[in-house]
Amino acid sequence: MDTLLLSRIQFGANISFHILFPTITIALGWMLLFFKLRFSLTGDQKWMQAYMFWVKVFALSFAMGVVSGITMSFQFGTNWPGFMEKVGNIAGPLLAYEIMTAFFLEAVFLGIMLFGASRVKSWVHTLATFLVAFGTTMSTFWIIVLNSWMHTPQGFEMIDGVAHATNWFEIVFNPSMPYRFVHMMLASGLTVAFLIAGVSALRMLWGDRGEDVKTALRVGVITAASLIPLQILAGDFHGLNTLEHQPAKVAAMEANWDTGPNVPLVLFALPDEKTRENRFEIAVPNGASLILTHSLDGVVPGLNDFVDDQGQALHPPVAPVFFSFRIMVGVGMAMLLLSWSGLYLLRRHGAGGVPRLALLAFSAMSFSGWIATLAGWYTTEIGRQPWLVHGVMTTQEAVADVPAGMVLGTLIGYLLVYALLILAYISVVTYLARKASRGEPYSARSYPRRGETGLRAQATGEAL
Amino acid sequence: MTYFGDPAVWLPWTFAALMGLSILIYVVLDGFDLGVGLLMPLAEEAEKDRLVASIGPFWDANETWLVLAVGILLVAFPPAHGVILTALYLPVFVMLVGLILRGVSFEMRAKAPLAQKPLWNAAFFAGSLMAALSQGFMLGLYIMGLTWTLPNVAFAALTAVFLTVGYGFIGAAWLIWKTEGALQTRAISWAKRGLWGLAAGIMAISAATPFVSERIFDRWFSFPSIAYLWVLPLVSALLVGFVWRQLGRLPRAHDRAAWRPFAAAAALFTLAFGGLAYSFYPYVVPEKITIYEAAAAPESLFIILIGTVFVLPTIIGYTILSYYIFRGKATALKYD
Repeated sequence: MDTLLLSRIQFGANISFHILFPTITIALGWMLLFFKLRFSLTGDQKWMQAYMFWVKVFALSFAMGVVSGITMSFQFGTNWPGFMEKVGNIAGPLLAYEIMTAFFLEAVFLGIMLFGASRVKSWVHTLATFLVAFGTTMSTFWIIVLNSWMHTPQGFEMIDGVAHATNWFEIVFNPSMPYRFVHMMLASGLTVAFLIAGVSALRMLWGDRGEDVKTALRVGVITAASLIPLQILAGDFHGLNTLEHQPAKVAAMEANWDTGPNVPLVLFALPDEKTRENRFEIAVPNGASLILTHSLDGVVPGLNDFVDDQGQALHPPVAPVFFSFRIMVGVGMAMLLLSWSGLYLLRRHGAGGVPRLALLAFSAMSFSGWIATLAGWYTTEIGRQPWLVHGVMTTQEAVADVPAGMVLGTLIGYLLVYALLILAYISVVTYLARKASRGEPYSARSYPRRGETGLRAQATGEAL
Repeated sequence: MTYFGDPAVWLPWTFAALMGLSILIYVVLDGFDLGVGLLMPLAEEAEKDRLVASIGPFWDANETWLVLAVGILLVAFPPAHGVILTALYLPVFVMLVGLILRGVSFEMRAKAPLAQKPLWNAAFFAGSLMAALSQGFMLGLYIMGLTWTLPNVAFAALTAVFLTVGYGFIGAAWLIWKTEGALQTRAISWAKRGLWGLAAGIMAISAATPFVSERIFDRWFSFPSIAYLWVLPLVSALLVGFVWRQLGRLPRAHDRAAWRPFAAAAALFTLAFGGLAYSFYPYVVPEKITIYEAAAAPESLFIILIGTVFVLPTIIGYTILSYYIFRGKATALKYD
């Protein structure tokens, strides 16, 4: 394998590992704020107990996100120096604004949010929780702006082979940004909804019938059931936006080789780039035309339009894009089915009476958001190939001139560390749930509300 | 934009200064929390939680200064960013794995089953060690001009050890300030043992840097600069002496002066850093690329500067607020 492919795999591995944790912290921050506010308003201990459980998962995820994020900022230079040399004038300010408006905000107030409850007034602590959630969202915004600009660049001119900004409004609000931002925020919301529902279901399977667990299950299921239709809608809009700006990507997602009307929706196939056809195809007639153009005989672009005179493909590799897209949609459909069944069961039996089978299904789906999110990112990022910045520079142009062996060696190192840490992360989240379901230590505690004091003096909350 | 003269001159200068400031703040702040990680194996089992508690609310934000520093290098001096980081590919990898291990262990040691705690403590130490050694190595190689020759690597290995001991020293100084009783007494003895590393490191770098290039030699040893530059090593030597004296007299009644070793350590780091900055300016890649050659387009830098003018004071403000909220001796870390 050459340096380019290895560098791509390495960057892919790093960013895949990284995105798992922001996907959790972005929405979990807002969820914790919700728990905290509910507690302030009702004084019901269950909200604070839920907060105290999930804030641990948040702290753990946040730490994983920070340290894996540092890796990203260095990899631009170690593996892709050409990127900043060519489009640094655009990417630079966007990254700078992410660091300045988001990273510091979340990192500093995280300390107060986690460890400051007994040192500051309750409203300051709530404010710190808000600022952390706001910071993670700002971070999402800026990084999505940059990523979207790489897909749909505008607002710049090339002078001597280097991009110079001409209109920052156009750069920030580039055509795919709003769709991608909404899609990612909803993805984070769904990931957290299924994580909360799944872990709460697991705790109930282990015999934990605490009010906080039942409430968390309810919050998880209701959030999931309300967000998934929005996500399907947002995904559809995003797809149409991609069709307009990156037709080659859509052609690969659908494994459609020839441009034309009445294109079938391929449910399954093995796309073969050598013979440029699909093998073992199972398809619904007119399906792709209907979904992408909302009419049965709409014209859908085909991959064969994106081949140069020498027969060199200018479209992304078909199979990975085709399969990741199907995995994402498949997980989404499973989410729709389970969350709506869950909603029905909650209405019928109450949170305490949800059948065992449904609890099992929810706990099995605890990390389903991760799979869908990764599959979605693979679809869009591999779908951008061979471009790094669509139409401006290819991935090949940006890669560093370092020996392939060194990239391979460090890649193996990263993969080992990441595999170990993901295992550790999942097992610790499970362990925290197991410990909490044995009733230690939250259920015996009571937390003071705003204005109340005294109880805090006997606080025996678990030391970190 | 033209009020201050040519933006192609003052913008790169401003960003170089900002980058220098970020690196300095990073080295002092993450220096003490990496140092605390390095001291973990020396502490008694029962003290380890207190060590971690002393840096708990801060380490996250401390590491963000590294992201800002490399971020400024990335956005303000894009070609230099590529040259420096590809040359430092391997030490950067070691540092990143170290920082990952460390940050994760920080959380894991408290949340994983008790039986795994020693394992995560070990990972916390190992991560801190990898990060400190690789940063020291990168410093040495940078000074030597970023080329992998045997003498340069040997010098870098030396600075790796010195910076690691130096971090251990500032970590111990932090513990003297933030802890009390037996642990504080032990921290005082750690600091005494670590001071030599910092002093020797500063001397080694000061002695080697002028011989890297004639240009740097002339900056230091030609008239008139030599007439006032001798103050720098003198003040550094006085500071080392001051710390040594302080350490001998601590702990004092009512915990007086416990902050002084840390303040002096921060001052020492600042002086050493100032000396380096003086040597290398205006180069961002030593003797190859100046900050003016490497700078991004003025209009892009200007856009970043507008934000920086508002945001950086805010960041410094709430960082100070956070240190103020968690002032006093470190207590057990609790979420409530």
